[in-house]
Amino acid sequence: MAKLIMNRRGLLKGGVAAGAGLAAPSFFVRPSWAQTENYLNAPTGGTVTLGFNVPQTGPYADEGADELRAYQLAVEHLNGEGDGGMLNTFSSKELQGNGVNGKKVVFVTGDTQTKSDAARASAKRMIEKDGAIMITGGSSSGVAVAVQGLCQEMGVIFMAGLTHSNDTTGKDKKANGFRHFFDAYMSAAALAPVLKEEYGTDRRAYHLTADYTWGWTQEESIAAATEALGWETVAKVRTPLGAADYSQYLTPVINSGADVLVLNHYGRDMVNSLSQAVQFGMKSKQVNGKNFEIIVPLYSELMAQGAGEAVKGILGSANWDWKLDNAGTAAFTKSFGQKYGFPPSQAAQTCYVQALLYADAAQRAGTFNPCGIVEALEGFEFDGLGNGPTLYRAADHQCFKSVLVVRGKENPENQYDLLEIVKVVPAEQVTYSPDNPMFAGGNLGTCNPGA
Amino acid sequence: MRGSSASGRYDGLLFAGFAIATLLAPLLLAPFGAGYPDLLQRFAIYGIFAIGFNILFGLTGYLSFGHAAFLGVGSYAAVWMFKLLSMNVIPAILLAVLAAGLFSLLVGFVSLRRSGIYFSILTLAFAQMSYNLAYSVLTPITNGETGLKVELSDPRIFGGPAGGGLPVPEIFGVDMHTTTDVALFGFNLQLNVGFYVCAAFLIAAFYLSMRIFRSPFGMTLKAIKSNQNRLNYTGINTRPYALTAFVISGMYAGLAGGLLACTDPLAGAERMQWTASGEVVLMTILGGAGTLFGPVLGAIVIKYAENIFSSFNKAEISSFYSFLPDGLRDAMTSMTAAFVGDGWQLTLGVLFMLAVIFLPGGLMEGLRRLAFWRRPGGEPEETAARRPAE
Repeated sequence: MAKLIMNRRGLLKGGVAAGAGLAAPSFFVRPSWAQTENYLNAPTGGTVTLGFNVPQTGPYADEGADELRAYQLAVEHLNGEGDGGMLNTFSSKELQGNGVNGKKVVFVTGDTQTKSDAARASAKRMIEKDGAIMITGGSSSGVAVAVQGLCQEMGVIFMAGLTHSNDTTGKDKKANGFRHFFDAYMSAAALAPVLKEEYGTDRRAYHLTADYTWGWTQEESIAAATEALGWETVAKVRTPLGAADYSQYLTPVINSGADVLVLNHYGRDMVNSLSQAVQFGMKSKQVNGKNFEIIVPLYSELMAQGAGEAVKGILGSANWDWKLDNAGTAAFTKSFGQKYGFPPSQAAQTCYVQALLYADAAQRAGTFNPCGIVEALEGFEFDGLGNGPTLYRAADHQCFKSVLVVRGKENPENQYDLLEIVKVVPAEQVTYSPDNPMFAGGNLGTCNPGA
Repeated sequence: MRGSSASGRYDGLLFAGFAIATLLAPLLLAPFGAGYPDLLQRFAIYGIFAIGFNILFGLTGYLSFGHAAFLGVGSYAAVWMFKLLSMNVIPAILLAVLAAGLFSLLVGFVSLRRSGIYFSILTLAFAQMSYNLAYSVLTPITNGETGLKVELSDPRIFGGPAGGGLPVPEIFGVDMHTTTDVALFGFNLQLNVGFYVCAAFLIAAFYLSMRIFRSPFGMTLKAIKSNQNRLNYTGINTRPYALTAFVISGMYAGLAGGLLACTDPLAGAERMQWTASGEVVLMTILGGAGTLFGPVLGAIVIKYAENIFSSFNKAEISSFYSFLPDGLRDAMTSMTAAFVGDGWQLTLGVLFMLAVIFLPGGLMEGLRRLAFWRRPGGEPEETAARRPAE
């Protein structure tokens, strides 16, 4: 009995020591709090802290891990380590690889868990405790909108990661928030001409849609674009987020007379719904005398890896692909591949670019003051970051650039070569006016420097 | 049980200690890297949530797996108050508590017809139903996955939006965000209005819980836990007592939810997910169910793990082990990295397992044993026996 107590005592002591040890690093690296300049978390020492808020646990953890890899690479390049990646191809030559505004770039990380609450908590922690001057990352539109709102309230810049909903730079746009990734409207605008070419103008489409902000805006965008081609929308069915079994939603499709199935799903949902649709024999079916087709408007390499054989021949759109033929893409793919041993995903690219764009804006503005950054980014035109000539539009803080239409490859050479690029749709074709009804109802407000 | 005078003195000391510790939290927790406003607010808010849950679970033994639903209802109610009435937190909190109270009355009335595992399943079902409703048919009220937020276009009766930015919650003209920095003992203390509002509610919640624990009503609840049948046979209808406890703990959850919305005016459906309900059960059990302070301690430990352990990345761990030779350093880094960063849930799981196996009474039992271990010849059980019987 006495011996048992001894063990427990030892255990408790060990636990206390371990706890203190774990807490110690955060204690020693506490940032300086003095605020000499008139904005929140103005860096005073020799370093500037960026906050990388990505999903490390939960359904989008794969995307989050790839985003974090990209951010670490970006920090290395900004500080002049490694081969410099896209800094060499970037049209703006302000960044010299000696940090930003003479300060070394350091970073802190947080786990969004793909939940708005957790994402806001980790963002707040990075702002309040670690003194982060900017928050970036995320892999869901719900989280992006929530964190963007928080950054606007607190007065730091938010550089959105992977978020595809129209709302992020539409009705929920904020002065302190910027998005490089494309949106659902652009997907629809890019896909429509290809769909017309491949499948004709007389089609009957059936939508299965993830039941949240991103799903709704994508369904709305795709339905509008295909109806303009002359297609008929048979039904729009909402499916709960994270459903594992789609058979109850797929059975009615077969008897509906539809000959195209549009899957407005993402991540694991898309992997499940597409795999099950293929198992139902939909790819080899004939309806109304035509081949039955499936469309996945938002594609990603990670999803294609998950769905395996099922993606063959399926059309969709993407923001970027490592197989693109331009100098920026080649430079980024090379340095990412050298460091991690495999090509980057589009989530990695958008996050890397966002980090570089922020750093460049701070360098050009000569300050980390959010209002200075906003001014530097608004209406900024650049090239050499993998997407061709790009504009950060002032009216809604959305990037306008070319969009890729991609198709699942029939004979992939390796596990990273699952998508082939069908068409690179130029920016003019996917540009919309800021008062487009799908983006209406929002207001950027004014930039908030937080102090 | 202690005699009334001894118990009164003990309670007075405990309460005074608790109140002082709460008010000094920015100083006490600064050395652990937890002295920043958002986390302090979370400690206080989840402390309230767990104290309320403990009134139900710790006293009556009814294990509810759906308490997050009341938290969510409280949050939604508070944000609606911000959108429609004013940015003052007081009406928001009042409506949050009221709404959660009414909802828990409904859920409790149905669920308490059963006990044990059936009760747990019923509450779980209600919470999951609320969660799914918030995501689907109730979207006009809850704004679905995006979450309910304060917008520029809200038709607020008192005080429109200030300038071009979003209005923030305030208490009689003072923004909840307001933070005063004070340098003390080499730490920069962030004294935040939002935290002190939460702290005031936490102290009040703790006091109320203490009074309930010591009251005849509390005794009846404990009797329900130890033997409900015997109470029934002696002619006492236990259901109104259990229902009262359920509604009180639901109102505590509503208060916590309202405060969450006050410190950060956004309410998301995931606040009602079953994992959130499970979290408060973990907090209570980890800290010590049925003890006064235990649930608060559990809430602090879990929120600390979630917010601080998850923030360590490999570079930080590596610099922490910088005194070791390279090979050993890498080994230690990769070993430690499994338990922090994205592995923080693993740490929490191990901690919870250890607590349940070695300290069935939770961390409070651990503290008690430590206290008695320092006194020669003192085993907790013996000391308990020496206390005067009630």
